[in-house]
Amino acid sequence: MTLTQSPIETAEARPPLRAGQLVTRVLGGGLLLVVALWVVVQAVQHPNQFANAMVTGINNGALYALIALGYTLVYGIIELINFSHGDLFMLSTVLAAFVIVTTFGATTTNWAAAGVLGIALVVVMAGAAGLNVAAERLAYRRLRRAPKLAPLITAVGLSFVYQFVGVYTNGSAQKSWDTILGDQGFTVGGVTIHWSTVVIIAVTVPLLLLMTWMVTATRQGKAMRATAQDQDAARLMGIDVDRTIAFTFGLGGALAGAAGVLYMESSGITRWDVGFRLGLFAFTAAVLGGIGNLNGAVLGGVLIGIIESMNGSLGLGQKWGQTVIFTVLIVLMVFKPEGILGRPTQEKV
Amino acid sequence: MATATTGREAPTLQRRLRSLPVLFTALALLVFVFYQFILGGLVQPIQDFFDSWLPLSSLNQCLIWATLAVGLNIVVGYAGLLDLGYVAFWAIGGYVAAWLMSSFFSQWSVNIFGSAPPGLEAGIHINFWLVLPIGAAVCALAGVIIGAPTLRLKSDYLALVTLGFGEIIPEIFRNGEDVNGFNLTNGVKGIDPIDPIPMGPFHLFPGVPANLGPFDNTYKFLVYALLTAVAIFISLRIRVGRLGRAWLAIREDELAASMMGVPLMKTKLAAYAVGAAIGGLGGVAYATLTSGVIPDSFQFANSIILLAMVVLGGMGNVWGVLLGALVLEWVNSTGLQQFGASFNSGFGTDINFPSYNFLIFGVLLIVMMLFRREGLLPEARTRQVLQEPERGELEAVGADLEGTPV
Repeated sequence: MTLTQSPIETAEARPPLRAGQLVTRVLGGGLLLVVALWVVVQAVQHPNQFANAMVTGINNGALYALIALGYTLVYGIIELINFSHGDLFMLSTVLAAFVIVTTFGATTTNWAAAGVLGIALVVVMAGAAGLNVAAERLAYRRLRRAPKLAPLITAVGLSFVYQFVGVYTNGSAQKSWDTILGDQGFTVGGVTIHWSTVVIIAVTVPLLLLMTWMVTATRQGKAMRATAQDQDAARLMGIDVDRTIAFTFGLGGALAGAAGVLYMESSGITRWDVGFRLGLFAFTAAVLGGIGNLNGAVLGGVLIGIIESMNGSLGLGQKWGQTVIFTVLIVLMVFKPEGILGRPTQEKV
Repeated sequence: MATATTGREAPTLQRRLRSLPVLFTALALLVFVFYQFILGGLVQPIQDFFDSWLPLSSLNQCLIWATLAVGLNIVVGYAGLLDLGYVAFWAIGGYVAAWLMSSFFSQWSVNIFGSAPPGLEAGIHINFWLVLPIGAAVCALAGVIIGAPTLRLKSDYLALVTLGFGEIIPEIFRNGEDVNGFNLTNGVKGIDPIDPIPMGPFHLFPGVPANLGPFDNTYKFLVYALLTAVAIFISLRIRVGRLGRAWLAIREDELAASMMGVPLMKTKLAAYAVGAAIGGLGGVAYATLTSGVIPDSFQFANSIILLAMVVLGGMGNVWGVLLGALVLEWVNSTGLQQFGASFNSGFGTDINFPSYNFLIFGVLLIVMMLFRREGLLPEARTRQVLQEPERGELEAVGADLEGTPV
């Protein structure tokens, strides 16, 4: 875990496996093997569909990764599942549509539109970050010492409030918008790649690099990691814990804002309940990668994106999408609750 | 645990009565008598007032939500396990009723004291009073199946996994119209009509119909009030027993409870199973109220509204939860609309009040968590736990309180 790793834990000796754990491990391994075999068979049988599904999966996966980072950052620092994060993303899509289409009217491909996209990114990221910081300041901060159920229920309440704002501003039906890049794309060996996918990658990768740099190489990042490890010790070392936590919320919010702009521009759709679904997928991604682990969130996001699109085109079909993703979540919880890159944690007394 | 019970005095009659929903039953009977015999004889304005502000159909809905909220309270309020997918059990209960009390499976013909309306005799028709325990049992089983792999998880993970189940189950019902060519759930169209509630021997009383039709709301009220009373009775009785005390112990400190010899998994599973069983009762009742089930009525929002009822009333206190459920569901189904109508006609405005219910529920949850975490009618014990002094205050006087979230 990048954020919560403590050197003491790593030094602990690993207890020998119990019989139950062994069974779990064999079952989990077998399950993984079956899935891997299925993927290989599909890749050989339908190479074209497979490649298309991969591209769509990476496209969605990059967005899931951006949202998942918001969950994982906040969880890493105060162990709260910020339930309203998905709806923050939804509000970002609505705000993005307002800025890009309603305010600037950018619906065709040209250089001015690229500038508008840049402005929208800045505005929406700042707006989402501000909203997240405000939520932290007004609600979560007061509940930091409360029993765990309290902030979680607050987050659920906040999610309802955000959804109300979504319905209020966007209407109870979905809205379609003309996007800057539209459906244009290019074809490589029978695989269609939309320009919007390229833009998503081109925005997501630098953002992720920037964020990794911030967390690992700056003073603020050091403060974040220290606060994640031990708030009281961090406070004694002169770190402003409140400000650090607020900064973390801001960072997560900004990434959700970026995801909102990219989602609106790649799908051309805004609707009030999109945050619930995508937020849950992103949370699953964060858990899959190992919650609290930044690299894990990105890996998990891409994996979930690929699983979803594979299921849509080659598996059970799109109508079973939620079932497949949540089954992944539940199976994961049973076999490897710490995620792919996470480290098992011991309960502290 | 044996030592814990020796110190208690033998329960007096008064104490025994306190754990029975006597007052609730008496009130329900009063309401029934009022609507059945008195209201019709009153002057028109009073009748109109009750028709628009307190219609029986709305009260029936309130009772079903109250039953479900009391069930959720066992999981969330007693055992402290946050369940965000309680609607799954509601849905399962509803579909059990739909399968066993309709002509949907017309290829089979089963009739066990059924109450099929004339012309719809094909299919499975099992008596409502038999379907109730069946629904409860199926839900309890589902609760154990869902709980067994997930209850080992930490509380916040558990919340998300239950949420996942709450999404998966309605999706299965929505897509289950073609399971290898077999129509299991009729897809988005759902299953209807569902058989009416039979009154059994009671129809020998003058005026009581043999089967409750869509307009026999007063008798339905009696049936649903009975179910709510059963749910309250189960909650109260288990609460004072060994299992209930084990739940509270787990809620307050899981680690300490397990050190004292409380079997964590078994106790949590029991909470899940009992909560789910009551959810099943509510689901069966709901199916008979709406005389049909459609998958889209089992939404995530319902889980949250039920949670809001539990939180508003006071987690862990059955009476608080009952109050919270009755008030919130009344607001949701009738109050907000009526208030909006009077407000709009009084001030000449055109505000769509019912559309604000998301805002109201959201703000309610937040405000309750910030300012009155123990609910409107708190349990004395919950108040103590939730109103522990802020750490900062104690630290200021030099207390050492380790055990911080790391």
